[in-house]
Amino acid sequence: MLAFIIRRLLQSILVMLAVALVSFGLFRFIGDPIHNMVGQEATAAEREQLRQDLGLNDPVPLQFARFVGNALRGEFGLSYRMARPVTDVIMERLPATLELALISGIGALALGIALGVYTALRRDGWLSQFIMSASLIGVSLPIFLIGILLIYVFAVELQVLPAFGRGETVRIGWWTTGLLTESGLKSLIMPAITLGLYQLTLIMRLVRAEMLEVLRTDYIKFARARGLSDRAVHFGHALKNTLLPVITIAGLQIGSIIAFAIVTETVFQWPGVGLLFITAIQFVDIPVMAAYLVLIALIFVVINLIVDLLYFAVDPRLRVQRSGRGH
Amino acid sequence: MRMSKIAASLALASMLACGSALAETLRWSSAGDSLTMDPHAQNEGPTHVLSHQVYDTLVFRDQEMRLQPRLATEWYISPDDSSVWEFKLREGVSYHNGNPFTADDVVFSINRAKHDNSDMKGLLTTVVEVSKVDDYTVRMRTDGPNPLLPNNLTNLFIMDREWAEANNVTLPQNFKGGEETHAVRNANGTGPFRLVSREPDVRTELVRNDEYWGRDVFPMEVSRIIHTPISSAATRAAALLSGEIDFLLDPPVQDLERLNNARGLVVRSAPENRTIFLGMQMGLPELRTSDVKGKNPFADKRVREAMNIAINRDAIQRVVMRGQSVPAGIVMAPFVDGYSADIDVVPAVDVNRAKALLSEAGYPNGFTVTLACSNDRYINDEAICQAVTGMFGQIGVRVRLDARSRSIHFAELQRGELDFYLLGWGVPTMDSHYVFHYLFETRSERGGSWNHTGYSNAEADALIDAMTREVDADKRAEMVSSVWSMVQDDIVYLPIHHQMLNWAMKDNIDFPVQSENYPYFKLLKYNK
Amino acid sequence: MNTLTEKSKTDSLLARILDSDIFHSFIRSPVTVVSAIVTVVMIVAALSAPLISPHNPFDPATLNLMEGFTPPMVANEFTGNVYWFGTDAQGRDIFSAILYGSRVSLLVGFAAVGLAAVLGITLGLMSGYLGGWVDALIMRIADVQLSFPAILIALLIFGVFKGIIPPAMQDQMAIYVLILAIGLSDWVQYARTVRSSTMAEKNKEYVQAARVIGVPAPLILLRHILPNVMGPVLVIATIGLALAIILESTLSFLGVGVPPTQPSLGTLIRVGQDYLFSGEWWIVLFPGMTLLILALSVNLLGDWLRDALNPRLR
Repeated sequence: MLAFIIRRLLQSILVMLAVALVSFGLFRFIGDPIHNMVGQEATAAEREQLRQDLGLNDPVPLQFARFVGNALRGEFGLSYRMARPVTDVIMERLPATLELALISGIGALALGIALGVYTALRRDGWLSQFIMSASLIGVSLPIFLIGILLIYVFAVELQVLPAFGRGETVRIGWWTTGLLTESGLKSLIMPAITLGLYQLTLIMRLVRAEMLEVLRTDYIKFARARGLSDRAVHFGHALKNTLLPVITIAGLQIGSIIAFAIVTETVFQWPGVGLLFITAIQFVDIPVMAAYLVLIALIFVVINLIVDLLYFAVDPRLRVQRSGRGH
Repeated sequence: MRMSKIAASLALASMLACGSALAETLRWSSAGDSLTMDPHAQNEGPTHVLSHQVYDTLVFRDQEMRLQPRLATEWYISPDDSSVWEFKLREGVSYHNGNPFTADDVVFSINRAKHDNSDMKGLLTTVVEVSKVDDYTVRMRTDGPNPLLPNNLTNLFIMDREWAEANNVTLPQNFKGGEETHAVRNANGTGPFRLVSREPDVRTELVRNDEYWGRDVFPMEVSRIIHTPISSAATRAAALLSGEIDFLLDPPVQDLERLNNARGLVVRSAPENRTIFLGMQMGLPELRTSDVKGKNPFADKRVREAMNIAINRDAIQRVVMRGQSVPAGIVMAPFVDGYSADIDVVPAVDVNRAKALLSEAGYPNGFTVTLACSNDRYINDEAICQAVTGMFGQIGVRVRLDARSRSIHFAELQRGELDFYLLGWGVPTMDSHYVFHYLFETRSERGGSWNHTGYSNAEADALIDAMTREVDADKRAEMVSSVWSMVQDDIVYLPIHHQMLNWAMKDNIDFPVQSENYPYFKLLKYNK
Repeated sequence: MNTLTEKSKTDSLLARILDSDIFHSFIRSPVTVVSAIVTVVMIVAALSAPLISPHNPFDPATLNLMEGFTPPMVANEFTGNVYWFGTDAQGRDIFSAILYGSRVSLLVGFAAVGLAAVLGITLGLMSGYLGGWVDALIMRIADVQLSFPAILIALLIFGVFKGIIPPAMQDQMAIYVLILAIGLSDWVQYARTVRSSTMAEKNKEYVQAARVIGVPAPLILLRHILPNVMGPVLVIATIGLALAIILESTLSFLGVGVPPTQPSLGTLIRVGQDYLFSGEWWIVLFPGMTLLILALSVNLLGDWLRDALNPRLR
């Protein structure tokens, strides 16, 4: 157990280093950051001076070492665009993204399991067929298109939901939340649907497939033979056994939700880190881009670690045969 | 919402006896946010828009583009010395923190803006010394007679010296230090609104400064301003349509009709002080992106003329810009001193003549070249480039389009790497010299810093230099006009159009468009 | 599973297909038949775009700006031309643009899936057959990559290449970069599936026997193991195709996809969405519908294929 954890931790550190290298190398070479920092009238000499002062003329390995050293202290420098410490900016924006990701994730999980169970149990019912077809349409539409359509219908035509932003927020310590105000909750609806739809269909299909699989197993047949009610069989035995892979996938999908938040936040102008990232790309704001990638990698690595450990704890078989780990 | 607004306005109306006392919150949006509250750190439109609400300048341009008094009440060239400007300052003005405004602050602010860290220093290069005469008089000495100095001061904001010293922000924000300075997120101006809260790119809130010196001079009907930037064009339009915002600084041109037709909304328009044009590298012996080797097609004036008459500017205005532009034949906006309709002649489209000219120049089968274009700087910039690409195709010039973000576009342009490019130019000083100095002068240490065409005309250079020192208005006008006829004759640039500005707003708002695209919210009125 | 003796029998291929369970299940599912037809028609139409499209949207010289924003089936007020699906902001025929756009989207989709499959299968076979440290290394990389969503990996890869390729070349290279970005972000699933099948297969008697008589490893993998893992790979590839097409459009929406001068369906939608509120609905609607129908048909095919190849679910 301990060896396993240590191995995973070492692996995580390697991943973080690789991501740091990529995020550093990636954006070091795109666009010209100098141009965004000085006005149209700056002379070539002024530009060169600034380049020198920022260390952009130093050897690349030196720049990378400096980058990692600073990153370990949580320092990603000053945003080129906003002239503010990147860490501050990201911490300000993080609550918005986490709230959106959490709400859409929980919604997708709850609704996905419910629909998955329903469609598995009523395999041939017309409603199940309809849900399955609708879910296919859902995964066949890019999420930005869904977002735009929602804005068009509910904000522009019906004017019942806000088209952008987070509404009024309440500050609790360093955290800002939109969950406590009416406008905040209303603003959350469309982005959460847009972001969660894909995960919803994914979880629903997974639950359905796993349920169908489990329902065929011998021990369910035995359970039925023992005279247990359908209800007890379905929820007490079958569902419980499908949840393990569902939890794994759901855990991994948190990362995916945060990544896809880039698209949703762009469409809805949601003031989270995804929008910050896209804005940073447009302005070639290297420190922000680098910090974002490292942060996201950190979130993913932590989630993965937790999922792995959970898996380990939940599934006794894995404790015996470590090498056979698979999803 | 509605109820509380009325209730609040009633309460306030009974409290305040004088002036317009309505409590009106203005929620507005634009694509970009101010980059910093430090008024000298960035010479950039969206940043100035916010600074103009919180800070004051010595002079400003009203909606008709006339220079108007602000913190300066009078200004004149010293009768004793033609190189000295004298400014009489407004008395009884105080900063948001209560500090009084005096000549010391002006001297401090001008010197701050002249500092190396300042992005505004380019406008003050001629100023050699600023001095205080008395508490309400300031002198600025220039390196020679500079009759146009006040034109350069419309975006030079005055800061409180005491506050700056107390907060250690006597120098403008610089990126080299790696620290956030107090002035980036805090402000203490004399302006009509004070900063309440600010989250960059998310939300900025201002409230009316009821102690403002112009409280009774200007309408000052807005009591609270909330700015939320929205970068996506469609979402921006949707926010106005759904009533979440009251005012939109930059509505997408394709949505203007819908916005104007929507109940309760109106779009107001005015020509902008900005011209869009194409530049051609004619100075190199050979173009880097062309299939023509050993010679440069753009060096031949016949080729430039052919390109010029291949552009169907009316079609661009009609389809790409939806009527929201004025086709141009010259690279200066109609406001600029030196402009006249006679020289802004839009070349007639003549595909056959263009082809004949190309043959004459030795390119009967045309040639290839790459057109570099920004896609997020000017109104529909990428679509304009796509349109001209097609038009050049019709005369046999096969243009490959490279559209990219402004950060890449302008970086490459500044490095002189482009053969054929799109650029837009506004003239903050309202004078032709600004255009000549940046766009036509031979590129050197002294000038021509945005002349990436390789164009060099010694005769024009001499005139451009001489006109800065010419005090006789008539003689100067003559010099300006002769430079224009030289460069027009040489077809240095291919003008496309003058941009139009559109502001979309709720129809109970009476707010004419300001042609520099600076909404002075103190001037905003509500229709009762 | 088939045994060795059954395998060596060589029936006529067609007869075998017509007689197979899969074919029967295909014929019995009208939805699947329709989506198969739609998919094939769209692929053929896209492939023959230069032959059947009324205009060449990539030739700027043939565009007439005055024909911009012509609504569908309405004569243009200047030229009198009528376009089935209308024209876009540049006067480009939307129908032709969709044909060419599908070509780009399908090219990116197929090539990316092909790349991912080849890479994934190779690594999966190696991993499963060789075991040991090769297996450990490949599977650790797979673990790491699986924890990052495809879109982020694609953005990263795209960024790296943007840094390497000189700006002047970027437009021409955009499609290849996109293929690489999407392909490299999606190989893990293939590798994992192939690996587990390979591990199961390699201990079977026929493989053991082949190994004993000295058949070289690559040949064993290719001749004996690969055919047995192709079923699940086909399912992953089909669904992967739909995903790749959608991912391509999302990347294009974020502005890192193919340039507007060579638009894919995603680029067409990105450009068209600006006109959604202004009344020119056709610019975004038709490309959007095409993308939906294409992705839906492929998804339906994949769905059916998965069920058909997994007999327990029938």
